Amino acid sequence: MAALDLISPNSPLYSKRKGVYPKAVNGFYRRLKWLVMAVTLTIYYVTPWLRWDRGPYAPDQAVLIDLAHRRFYMFSIEIWPQEFYYVAGLLVMAGIGLFLVTSAVGRAWCGYACPQTVWTDLFVHVERLTDGDRNAQIRLARAPMTPGKAAKRFTKHAIWIAIAVATGGAWIFYFADAPTLAVAFVTGSAPFVAYATVGVLTATTYILGGLMREQVCIYMCPWPRIQTAMLDEKSLIVTYKYWRGEPRTRGLKKPVPQLADFPTESINIAMRAGRAGDCIDCDSCVAVCPTGIDIREGPQIGCITCALCIDACDKVMAQIGRPRGLIDYATLEDAVVEKAGGAPRPVLGTLLRPRTLVYFAIWAGIGGAMLFSLGERSRLDISVASDRNPRYVQLSDGSIRNSYTVKLRNMEARPRGVDVSVSGLPGAVMWTEAGSRDTAGPSTRVTLAPDATTQLRLFVAAPADGSEHSRFHLQAQPIDGVPGSKEARPARDDVTFERPEREDAQ
Amino acid sequence: MKMTKRIDAPTGTETVGHEWDGIEELDTPLPRWWLMIFVACVVFAIGYVVVYPAIPMRHSATQGVIRWNSRADYQAQVAADTARRAPINRAIAATPVEQLPQHPALLRAAVEGGRAAFKVHCVQCHGAGAAGSVGYPNLNDDDWLWGGDLKSIEYTLINGVRNPDHDATRFSQMPAFADILQPAEINQLVRHVRNISGQGKPNAAGAALFAANCAACHGAEGKGGREFGAPNLTDGIWLYGGDEAALRTTITYARAGVMPRWNARLDPVTIRMLAAYVHSLGGGEANPAAVLAEGKVDGGA
Repeated sequence: MAALDLISPNSPLYSKRKGVYPKAVNGFYRRLKWLVMAVTLTIYYVTPWLRWDRGPYAPDQAVLIDLAHRRFYMFSIEIWPQEFYYVAGLLVMAGIGLFLVTSAVGRAWCGYACPQTVWTDLFVHVERLTDGDRNAQIRLARAPMTPGKAAKRFTKHAIWIAIAVATGGAWIFYFADAPTLAVAFVTGSAPFVAYATVGVLTATTYILGGLMREQVCIYMCPWPRIQTAMLDEKSLIVTYKYWRGEPRTRGLKKPVPQLADFPTESINIAMRAGRAGDCIDCDSCVAVCPTGIDIREGPQIGCITCALCIDACDKVMAQIGRPRGLIDYATLEDAVVEKAGGAPRPVLGTLLRPRTLVYFAIWAGIGGAMLFSLGERSRLDISVASDRNPRYVQLSDGSIRNSYTVKLRNMEARPRGVDVSVSGLPGAVMWTEAGSRDTAGPSTRVTLAPDATTQLRLFVAAPADGSEHSRFHLQAQPIDGVPGSKEARPARDDVTFERPEREDAQ
Repeated sequence: MKMTKRIDAPTGTETVGHEWDGIEELDTPLPRWWLMIFVACVVFAIGYVVVYPAIPMRHSATQGVIRWNSRADYQAQVAADTARRAPINRAIAATPVEQLPQHPALLRAAVEGGRAAFKVHCVQCHGAGAAGSVGYPNLNDDDWLWGGDLKSIEYTLINGVRNPDHDATRFSQMPAFADILQPAEINQLVRHVRNISGQGKPNAAGAALFAANCAACHGAEGKGGREFGAPNLTDGIWLYGGDEAALRTTITYARAGVMPRWNARLDPVTIRMLAAYVHSLGGGEANPAAVLAEGKVDGGA
């Protein structure tokens, strides 16, 4: 019985989500958020539809993750599976970029660019369109279900789901030719995985962005836990300047009699002069907060530094004739200086400091190295695997034959011819499975399919005399391409030639 | 560690009652959606147990309401795969083996099918890499007792070698010279064979014995003959060994390896695939002109 009580939804062990009804606000940071939302959503929805002509042998979608053929196209860059370290490099850059941004301007990623923030913001805006602003929303939530309320609820969730479907729908276009897939999707002939992906992403977008919102940031996201390690006293974070705001008084700014009730550190200069703090306890900053926190309680896990409270507070400060910035971006170092009556350091000084510069140097170094290697990488590759069973075959004329599986990767989107040849193995001749020993020669010409791996079995025969293992090179020399150019550079692989153990060596 | 529950003033939350070095843990309630997800998982698990085989009983597990089981799933997949491969198998069956190289897709399918069949039926004698061992030919090299073109290989596979109950089988029998020659003569023959394979000094007496006793099958020069499956004695490849002791044993007692006829065990398509695979190992020979011409007639018929 007691155990059942523990898992009852009404048990005190579990708390119901407290509704957050963020009030609409205008101001600099709100406009910045609109701008970031417009840019990020445009990039997300439009990118798969950009075209990029790569000639007849490759897809002409600018950004395409072709899982079936294991290719990743991004404008003029094409990544093969063995070049996946470029993606790893991008992920490392993203990680270090997050460190860089966080150490410089706090949780700017959380507040402006995180998909959870962007879509939640969009959903909140939809909610305002259907239900009205904060107070109307609260009234509606408390009101009993009527046809009018039902209609509003239906409209809201219908728009949310429409947005969620569009979100999931856009994702799949990154993985196949967008116009073709769009037609197939609508006509019901798209692969099952496309529908499943859209279904899953629709569900997650609707649930995470529409229903769970700040719960994701507070309970699910790992980043708030890591950010405490990334922030330092020079990072810009949203700060309530309690030394200026406390003690809070409504109405006129008059001296507060019970000074002793306030903790000593919050007694600011103004207080000592016998005046009340600037905060009028209007709760505007709380009302606009999308995660429902009170920034005046100090830095906390729920704060995503979206700065809407700054916009709200600045508006109130203007109304009561006080300077803006009671809540503002400030560093912990500034807080100490400002509390003591000094002026905060210029923003540039907090942005450019050894820590951020080191992060930037690492970030830019990886990016530069990747760019350099992208420009220099060879688009022809050869890799050779020796047959191990048997290691060698003795032929009737006494010579020794080794067999190899050769993979030639032509990473250019055009057919290419290469001459495969042996160097460093005296007397060696070769032939492929297409030929026979009668046609053997010191080299063989292979035509490589565009943008594909060509595999061939290669037989190499050499005289029996010689050491048990000889090292030699198999080289693939492109037959076209301007001499000395990157395209004409040969690809080589180091290979072992196996022979029987010499009897006289025993 | 002290245990005293109290209400934490700044948050209004009860503490769990533990205190370590002045640090107390708040008894913050879990969000209710967390409980809902937990309950949903339990419901899902119950549904899974009802739908799929789950609970072990005395003889077998509960079957689940949709009666799914992995064996039926496997059989369905095998059936689907067999159906998928049926067209190409039919095409291989309809194409004479010597014409397979003219159809690269068919040849590739045949070689891969042969590779799989070889692993099941042939590795016991010829080894996983087809390199053979003493008495079992290496199929990778270019030395063939009965011919190394596609058609000859297929014939050998179909009819086997020295099957006593089968008329079409490859058959030849070297006499055991223990009853015909003296040991000293056999030794002279051994030295002659060593000489023609480049391993020893000339032996005139052995050469004379060879001309009288061996040339009929192995040829005057000892280069062998495929009509009898007689090995070439002048090359470096020896099925039973080319050293003096092995040669003496071979001449004295004779050797006669046996291979099963595979048409008694395998279907024609598998045999054709095996022929293509063996031919692809690196020593396969081109089809003789006569076989090609004959194949064209076959293909037209």
